[in-house]
Amino acid sequence: MASAAVAAPAKAATRTRTGIPSWVWALPPVAVLGTVFLYPLGLVVQQSFRPDTGGTSARAYADVFASTAFREALGTTVWLALGSTVGCLVLGFVLAVVIAFVPFPGGKAVAKFIDVFLSFPSFLITLALLFVYGTVGMANGLWTGATGAAEGPFQFLTTPWGVLLAEITYFTPFVMRPLLAAFSGIDTGQLEVASSLGARPARIVRQIVLPEALPALAAGGSLVLVLCLNEFGIVLFTGAKGVTTLPMLVYGKAILESDYPGACVVAVVNISISVGFYGLYRVVSRRVGA
Amino acid sequence: MLVHSRRGKWATWAVFFLLFLPIFALPLLVVLAASFATNWSSAFPSGFTTGHYSVATRGESLQALTTSLVTALTASVLALVVGTWAALAGHALKRGGKRLLDALFMLPVAVPSVVVGLAILVAFSKPPVLLNGTRWIVVLAHAVLVTAFAHQSVSAAIMRLDPAYEQAAASLGARPSYVLWRVRLPLLLPSLTAAAGLCFALSMGELSATMMLYPPDWTPLPVQIYAATDRGALFTGSALAVVLMAATVLVLFAVSRIRTKASYR
Repeated sequence: MASAAVAAPAKAATRTRTGIPSWVWALPPVAVLGTVFLYPLGLVVQQSFRPDTGGTSARAYADVFASTAFREALGTTVWLALGSTVGCLVLGFVLAVVIAFVPFPGGKAVAKFIDVFLSFPSFLITLALLFVYGTVGMANGLWTGATGAAEGPFQFLTTPWGVLLAEITYFTPFVMRPLLAAFSGIDTGQLEVASSLGARPARIVRQIVLPEALPALAAGGSLVLVLCLNEFGIVLFTGAKGVTTLPMLVYGKAILESDYPGACVVAVVNISISVGFYGLYRVVSRRVGA
Repeated sequence: MLVHSRRGKWATWAVFFLLFLPIFALPLLVVLAASFATNWSSAFPSGFTTGHYSVATRGESLQALTTSLVTALTASVLALVVGTWAALAGHALKRGGKRLLDALFMLPVAVPSVVVGLAILVAFSKPPVLLNGTRWIVVLAHAVLVTAFAHQSVSAAIMRLDPAYEQAAASLGARPSYVLWRVRLPLLLPSLTAAAGLCFALSMGELSATMMLYPPDWTPLPVQIYAATDRGALFTGSALAVVLMAATVLVLFAVSRIRTKASYR
């Protein structure tokens, strides 16, 4: 409150001295964004109503909604995103609790490593999983070496489960970062008191740590949900014909089939799902102040 | 301090590393190991070679690396200028205006990057602005995608900025432009370099929008990695991936050095 009262006269002074109202300064960046992002998005929506034969119709929508490929892609995208989000939340919570509350030497380095991990592209994970769980990779190599079988039991890489594993691996740090930030605000005295009164670790986590972590979990989880809905690199590198998500379908229709109206329809559906969830994320993260 | 007994602690750490190492450390180690191997048909790679790196650092691949570096650098600079400007302008607005500006600039995060690629392809493949087939369309797409992150981190930093400095400068008669150049931007320098590093790293690894747009004479490194693994050259792909990671980490390290210098000034 106090800072707002102090800032107000300064702002007024800026305005009178330059003579330009402050919203004018916001126009150039908005104009740039409009030209390179909003206008192209508008064209995508427009093109989705314009079949190649000319005229304006919603035929492309009817065609796309009727195709089984689209329905399957929609189902795969949503369940993969939901599954990955749940996986990331559980794994991220467990790992963050250990780093924050059962500290060990090198814990700082682990947290740093997670930051660096975030700056690598997602497809590296799929590339690595090819060597770990691929048909001739480490896991199958160990198995065939130990049992003498002709081929190993790990054949899930080209199925949706491979994508799920890669997405959980790649996106868990996105949950851990806000969690670690939230945990650093917890007074460890609370934990000491609870534990000296005889609370077991499971109860402390359930009754003290979890309530504190809920805002960060909600914010991190919805961010990961949006990122998973939009993920392309992991699915592309998996190279499985059986796993098609909406971004994959957009790419396939536009680049491989040159069916731009169809691609635009899928894009519009994908945008509305992702932006819907993203709006939810903004509301949640603002409400909880994370 | 959640677990007090020594045995409990060791058990917790054991569980932690059983989860952490295979999930996070193993993938990076495996890519590194594969980049030096000639063969991987059993549990472990065999045959040490640096041959993949000599392939990965000449000809097409070297060109892909410079393409990626140039693209990432240009896109980061563009994103930083637009994002910082928007963040500064948004800070001066009232609540509603600031919210609208924030929402507009964060929108590219919510929209799938493939769709951003498609939109830019649709918009700039026809007059008045014909960019399709040139390198600028790739740079433009990268700039659009990373501007959101630049804007977000700079506006978070502006919120934390102590208004007393600029008020003191203004009360001593400094003009607004002088306050901006000599007080606010220098104070923001650490966060600006952090934002630049983030934008650079994101742009180096960008694949989705690039796959939609890249012209044959401007293939960034991620596309090259995809092309290599797609034709079955997994080891060359790994070496290229290590080069990509190393270049990203080196630049991030350099940026963080600048940042510590800037924050001590």
